[in-house]
Amino acid sequence: MKNKGVAAVTIVLLMSVAMLAGCIGGDDDGTDEEPMRFIFACSSDAVRLDPADVTDGESIQRMDNLYEGLVMYKEGSTEIEPCLATDWTISADKTEITFNLREGVMFHDGTEMTADDVVYSFARQYDPDHPFHQYGEWAYWGYMFTDIEEMVKIDEYTVKLVMKTPNASMLTSLAMFTTAIISADAAEEYGDEFFKNPVGTGPFKFVEWVKDDHVTLEAFDDYWGGRAELDEIVFKVIPDVTTRLLALQNGEVHGVEYLDPSQLSIVEDDPDLTLVSEPGMNVGYIALNCGEGYVDANGNGKWDTGEDADVPGAFEPFEDIRVRQAIQHAINKDSIIENLYQGAATAAVQGMPPGLLGYNYNIEGFEYNPTLARQLLADAGYPNGFEITLYHMGSTSRPYFPVPEDIAQAIQTDLAAVGITANLFTEDWGTYLQDAEAGLAPMIMLGWSGDNGDPDNFLNVLYSQKTATIGTAGNYGFKKNQEVQDLLDAALLTYDLEERDELYQEANQLIVEEATHVFIAHSNQILGFNSSVKGFVAHPTTRMFFYNITIEE
Amino acid sequence: MKRYIAKRLAMLIIVLIGVSMITFVLVRMAPGDPAVNLAGQHANEQVLESIREKYHLNDPLYTQYVIWAKMVLQGDLGTSIASHDSVFSEIMDRLPMTLELSIFSMTIAIAVGVLAGIVSAVRQYSKLDYSVMFGALFGVSMPVFWLGIMMIYIFSIKLGLTPVQGRIETGIYINKITGMYILDSILTLNWPAFASSVRHLILPSLALATIPMATIARMTRSSMLEVLRQDYIRTERAKGLSERAVIYKHAIKNALIPVVTVIGMNIGVLMGGAVLTETIFTLPGLGKYIYEAIMAYDYPVVQGFTLFFATAFVLINLATDILYAYIDPRIRYD
Amino acid sequence: MEQRKRKTRLQETVHQFRKNKTGMFGVGLLAFIVLLSLSAPILAPHDPYDASLDRRLLPGIWSDESPDGFFLLGTDSQGRDLFSRILYGGRTTLGIGFVALGIALAIGISLGLTAGYFGGYVDDIIMRFVDIMFAFPALLLALVIAGTLGRGIDKAMIAIGITYSPQMVRVVRSGVLMIKEMEYIESQEAIGSSHFRILFRHIMPNSLAPIIVYGTLMLATAILDAAALGFLGVGAQVPSPEWGLTLSASRQYLLTGAWWAATFPGVAILISVISLNLVGDGLRDALDPRLKGGAKL
Repeated sequence: MKNKGVAAVTIVLLMSVAMLAGCIGGDDDGTDEEPMRFIFACSSDAVRLDPADVTDGESIQRMDNLYEGLVMYKEGSTEIEPCLATDWTISADKTEITFNLREGVMFHDGTEMTADDVVYSFARQYDPDHPFHQYGEWAYWGYMFTDIEEMVKIDEYTVKLVMKTPNASMLTSLAMFTTAIISADAAEEYGDEFFKNPVGTGPFKFVEWVKDDHVTLEAFDDYWGGRAELDEIVFKVIPDVTTRLLALQNGEVHGVEYLDPSQLSIVEDDPDLTLVSEPGMNVGYIALNCGEGYVDANGNGKWDTGEDADVPGAFEPFEDIRVRQAIQHAINKDSIIENLYQGAATAAVQGMPPGLLGYNYNIEGFEYNPTLARQLLADAGYPNGFEITLYHMGSTSRPYFPVPEDIAQAIQTDLAAVGITANLFTEDWGTYLQDAEAGLAPMIMLGWSGDNGDPDNFLNVLYSQKTATIGTAGNYGFKKNQEVQDLLDAALLTYDLEERDELYQEANQLIVEEATHVFIAHSNQILGFNSSVKGFVAHPTTRMFFYNITIEE
Repeated sequence: MKRYIAKRLAMLIIVLIGVSMITFVLVRMAPGDPAVNLAGQHANEQVLESIREKYHLNDPLYTQYVIWAKMVLQGDLGTSIASHDSVFSEIMDRLPMTLELSIFSMTIAIAVGVLAGIVSAVRQYSKLDYSVMFGALFGVSMPVFWLGIMMIYIFSIKLGLTPVQGRIETGIYINKITGMYILDSILTLNWPAFASSVRHLILPSLALATIPMATIARMTRSSMLEVLRQDYIRTERAKGLSERAVIYKHAIKNALIPVVTVIGMNIGVLMGGAVLTETIFTLPGLGKYIYEAIMAYDYPVVQGFTLFFATAFVLINLATDILYAYIDPRIRYD
Repeated sequence: MEQRKRKTRLQETVHQFRKNKTGMFGVGLLAFIVLLSLSAPILAPHDPYDASLDRRLLPGIWSDESPDGFFLLGTDSQGRDLFSRILYGGRTTLGIGFVALGIALAIGISLGLTAGYFGGYVDDIIMRFVDIMFAFPALLLALVIAGTLGRGIDKAMIAIGITYSPQMVRVVRSGVLMIKEMEYIESQEAIGSSHFRILFRHIMPNSLAPIIVYGTLMLATAILDAAALGFLGVGAQVPSPEWGLTLSASRQYLLTGAWWAATFPGVAILISVISLNLVGDGLRDALDPRLKGGAKL
């Protein structure tokens, strides 16, 4: 009895000491020794720290301050300016771009960046015989950079990019993470561990990565653009949205991403916090599967994907354009934006956000009109509506749908009001995307965040004919529109901005008329900061550039 | 004794093979193609095929199992599909966190539970007894995740006493010896780190300790009551108070035997509870790790982890059973 | 010859149980909860799925801001009545627990009877298998199974049911072993009754007592697991009013002040599980006072 008592008392004593010490030790030391450290709370951990081998925003974020490309974005915009390349010339036939590299740029490991590193960074992705190729999947290359034939070294500080066909969006794409320049020496030294030991030219260098907990970067003294004022950046992983905000309020972190819309007013009203809410370069939609994605090469009436549905007509209701229009009129977007996005979004009326080249300001979209919806349904032969499954991404918060479960339920309610019974279905994100690409979802909530600010990045992915096929899908409306495709193809071949603008505007008009996608919203990019953080400029692509920020006491 | 241990070890191997086979099959029965999970939304077929080749996803089940078994016997638990990192190293990275949480929780559960059980048994039918029993009833009925949420709400939000997330305040550096921050900070005499770690771990440990604490309290109480009942009769014939001390010591020792077993059984409960606790309190441990791997169909991780955990579990239970048999040789094992 | 009516263990247990005040209170509480859930259609003031974004996250009748139309406990993030959702949610959460227990019983009884009665290496094989299953932590096993089968209430039932079967097998087997040795059974074998007859007419009824006792206690934890799976997003799916799911959907609103949505479902779980534990404890004490505290079987 005594022993247990002693044990208990000891524990209580220890804890009290700890609490006390915590109260004292936890206070700000206030010494000048303390480095200027910026702590940013993220919603999940990075997957890998190799810029060419990732597709997820979290990994990319960690590397935005570590790696750079030949060109980079201007602050807060998707226009590009020189970075590791000082200038470039485009060949007459527009298939070659020759870059002059900046001299004297140092990597974090002390070696100088030269043409060899540039070639290495590209070749390891496209050349199956390259020694580094085996260490990665290079998924993003396969998607956006297949027009590149090769990257050639001309001399120590000159490289030439050779493309198979002219591609007007390639220059802006080169500012993306996929084509960031890595240190060839470091890659060879680390081999298959390179993804844990990043070495780049950016203003910050890698210190440590404690999985699921944090990634630490520190300022690179020899950065070619001048050492940053900030000493350290820590990316802290806090998956729960409430905990993130709490941590911000408590002073445990200086900045957070992905706030819940319901928390916006809390941040706005708090004098110690700053809310950043910028129009986002994204679109959230519901795709209505029109069933044309299925390949039936042998004409046996069954999809070649092996699924057991008959072709076509598996998602019958959507074959009739009136049904699609009905659904367009049934959704109360304004209510969703007001209540679920808390106003931090713009109602979407076309397939890409305003501000981009080619945005068609003449399109008004489908107004909220349940009566008209019912009428259209009746005309199409569904006076009593029908039953269908609506796919949503559950608790996986996306930039364009911050609260997917709530939004899905609101849509369900709206559809029920016009007689359509929508059964909600969700699964984990990876499988969700797979099922989407396999054409299994009759109605699916999805969206897209722009990667380079080019309209092609939206339209050619989401609404083209090529991507309306099972297996390489991106167009989950699965309707093949030749006119749209012709417009998109033409827009890539010309470098004339006015011409591209016209072509894309027309394409947008046609896409909206086709009504295969119910555009819901362009969600704002929402970030919360402690008011002591100065100098942050949000980037439309949601990449996190912290070079210019400082923390004031 | 030796035969007993040998026999149990043999059984352990059978159990582990069984566990690994079942996990293997179970995880592969899941829908979804891990190749696509890995490569992302826009990978083309070529990329996907190369992934499938690399991970032997196209081979028959039996072959995959044999390949995997061979790897394991060489100490390689596989490579995570999501992160390209070795499953073993990922587990070892996160093990100290979960271990620390479990040990801290278990210590609280045992200390408080045993104490409460003994006190309430000795003062049976008193108000204290009833309140302890009532508290214990609440304890075993409490949903851990709800308790955690409420605790954060009260202690972190309303009272501001504890931090809301993490293991330690960012910026406090700690020399990692074992990876368990509380222990390491004591070993390196790093008091700010010690204070910070304890402050961060106290709520999650309390939340996680609730069910074991209540179970242990109940068990200790009834065990004590039983022993006391027997001895009470003898006490009638004993002379003087000094006998009481002996009885208490004897009673406690005997009463603790079933408690040892309960601890072994509760490892599983702790692990399951860890998933919930680590999620709510944002702790980078094994619970979160395995949960995410299961949800993402990261086969190698689920297999590797299950094997790892099953081994640990079976070994711990073996240890407690040996302890049990050692303490009380009256218990026969066939 | 006098025919003495043999009191089965079960009858003895119930008799003892009746004397236990807390146990009887537990029964009353449990009955009340079950009754509430079953009468949800009658008692609930609103349709649990009736959503309206305009009245989301408003408090219950204790506050002036409560919306018109009698929202006793307030509204959730979709504007649905929390009270109605809790009433209906009981059917889901408790339902998952009950069905899961049923599955565990089915598996447990068949395997346990077989192992206990036939003994030998049938017993060995079955018990090895049980040992294997025991090496999985309950929640993780349920997660893996749910991960395989997919998400949903029915999958959660199966997952939890399978997870609890090993325990049930042990309980049943234990009970069978105790009865098997009895003279009564030996005499039945002597007169040549078939295995089947012995099993079902004699052994089973006498083994029922521990099954019911431990079944009740298992049901308590099964409900906790059902809510946990709902909380993790693997069991019930939106817009189901399942308690665990409601908790996870509402927890972020604690910060904004809408505490009711994240509190009351938790209270509901707590009370339900307490009642089951009270009943289970009482039954266990009545079954065999020596087993007080839950010694290892």
